[in-house]
Amino acid sequence: MSSRPALPAGLRLDARKARSLQQPLRPAPAPEVAVLSLDQGSGEAAEPTVAVGTRVGIGTRVARAVGTAASDLHSSVAGVVVAIATRLTATGLGRCISIENDATDARDPALAPLAWRALDGITLLDRLRGAGIAGLGGAAFPTAGKLALARANAAGHLILNGAECEPWICCDDALMRERAADVVLGGQVMLAACGATRCTIALEDDKPEAAAAIAAAIAAAQDGRVELVELPAIYPLGAERQLIEAVTGREVPHDALPPAIGVVCQNVGTAAAVARFVSTGEPAVTRIVTVTGSGVARPGNLEIHIGTPIAAVVAACGGYQDDPARLIVGGAMTGRSVSSDLVPTTKGINCIVAATLADVAIRGPEMPCIRCGDCATACPARLLPQQLHRAAQADDRDALTRLGLADCIECGCCDYVCPSQIPLTARFHAARLGMQLHDAERRRAIEARERFERHERRLAEQAEAERLAFEAARRRARGADPK
Amino acid sequence: MSGNTLLPAVGLAAGLAAGIGAALGWAASRLRPDAGALVEQIDALLPQTQCGQCRYPGCRPYAEAIASGAADIDRCPPGGETTVRALAALLGREPRPLDPQFGPTKPRQVAVIDEERCIGCALCLPACPVDAIVGAPRFMHTVIEAQCTGCELCLPPCPVDCIELRPPSEERE
Repeated sequence: MSSRPALPAGLRLDARKARSLQQPLRPAPAPEVAVLSLDQGSGEAAEPTVAVGTRVGIGTRVARAVGTAASDLHSSVAGVVVAIATRLTATGLGRCISIENDATDARDPALAPLAWRALDGITLLDRLRGAGIAGLGGAAFPTAGKLALARANAAGHLILNGAECEPWICCDDALMRERAADVVLGGQVMLAACGATRCTIALEDDKPEAAAAIAAAIAAAQDGRVELVELPAIYPLGAERQLIEAVTGREVPHDALPPAIGVVCQNVGTAAAVARFVSTGEPAVTRIVTVTGSGVARPGNLEIHIGTPIAAVVAACGGYQDDPARLIVGGAMTGRSVSSDLVPTTKGINCIVAATLADVAIRGPEMPCIRCGDCATACPARLLPQQLHRAAQADDRDALTRLGLADCIECGCCDYVCPSQIPLTARFHAARLGMQLHDAERRRAIEARERFERHERRLAEQAEAERLAFEAARRRARGADPK
Repeated sequence: MSGNTLLPAVGLAAGLAAGIGAALGWAASRLRPDAGALVEQIDALLPQTQCGQCRYPGCRPYAEAIASGAADIDRCPPGGETTVRALAALLGREPRPLDPQFGPTKPRQVAVIDEERCIGCALCLPACPVDAIVGAPRFMHTVIEAQCTGCELCLPPCPVDCIELRPPSEERE
């Protein structure tokens, strides 16, 4: 546990985790109907492999990944598929598979523990992919894909991210306190899968209980490849690139992925899910969620069946109190507010905050930028938010690209410190969407131009061919004519 | 003040004027902006709908007309104000509103053939500037949505009016 370079910037935020960490991790009851969103938070949907009426057990595959960002999906309850339809999810409208729970809790008979030590890395990656293991830190990107990229780039260093810098979230803290052995085992399995030689479990120095539990688990595992690192609690340490920089002292190039510098990063919750899969055969059908906010009666960390509606999760925490003003999924800094508590939980949802008016700082009216530069000092991605803001207001796409809009991690630090209360992050998010739209339009235009040029060429060639044919016919007619 | 002191000054000024004039003349002939490159730049800002609403047969001919000064920058309804602003910035002119005589700006739309009514006459096939309609005489036609620019040029030739413009399917529902 040496002292390491911290972040280039960032904020020290007041943690609001104490209330939800008072009680140990507890299981939430299985829902009556599990609603499995085909997009589990990565932005790409899987393809259903079941139909309405199909009987499934816990762990039966119900959808298969088709692209690179989706992951296989398995039923979290035993029962019958009752609907495959478009519904409201935490990320907008999306197709979901609804499974009615028959309360038998029957597991899919094919599930069996995995003798992972006997498997080679490629096979192991395949099995992890088939188990639908996805990043439980929030991005829900398929774990096997990330590890495969690390393998292809011969990345030697696996970092397990236990840094939870968001003020409310503490699901990884609770996990590390109670299931540290799973985290270490998951790290070992991932090392075997990606071929790395070193595993660093990184967490902040404000989690002494978790650090002690992890240290004990490492000692028990007697694996010299696994180490623990404690870092100062600065927001946003838990962001992938920021954590890698803090742990290794090296910055991931802005236009490359972590394997480019020999690193791959995984969430500790994901590691625990991997451990659960190899030791019980159970695919990714549960996760731990922090349910908190002053609007919840008994906050805490719950192990939920993926697809449990948020309302049922909150009900398991004693329901609402004190008229919550806003329901947020994800953290207070990077989460999004949802309009209904009927949306289902996904692999990507790590926290549910029922915030009262006292929890959310109401923003005052936006005032002009006074060029104080506080935002640039706070920005952990080393950008210049005030310049970006000016470029975004002017819709100057060249300047936005030059100033590195694509490298903004939307952590909200600039918003937080802005004395003029300018909603900078929201502006940057909108500007990024605008750029994407514009790029798509440009691509379409270039394709249309090429097709138009081919069309013109073809018409010209046709006309020319017709003219030649006509002249040839006329010559033949003249030649045939005796006179 | 005598002629002797004035003479070198006048000579210097005349020499400078002649020298700078010659350099400018040379620069004007050698470093003239490439007309072809300007057309490319203008064309890159146009939406490539190929609709002909500007009264030129396609986006590139319009770009050529703008570059040569034959047409103003306010004739492209599909591009709308965004395109006018981008063109104005490129050419160092003042942005101006679109000239309404060339039509209104509409959101992106695509052609859809009502397959019940299509008689397979094949008249719309050559009309499509981007070859986005698939079909053959006496067979039903259909539009490849991803490639349709929504130019409306297939509407007039259709004898049974079975083509209509709709929002693209990703924006429907």
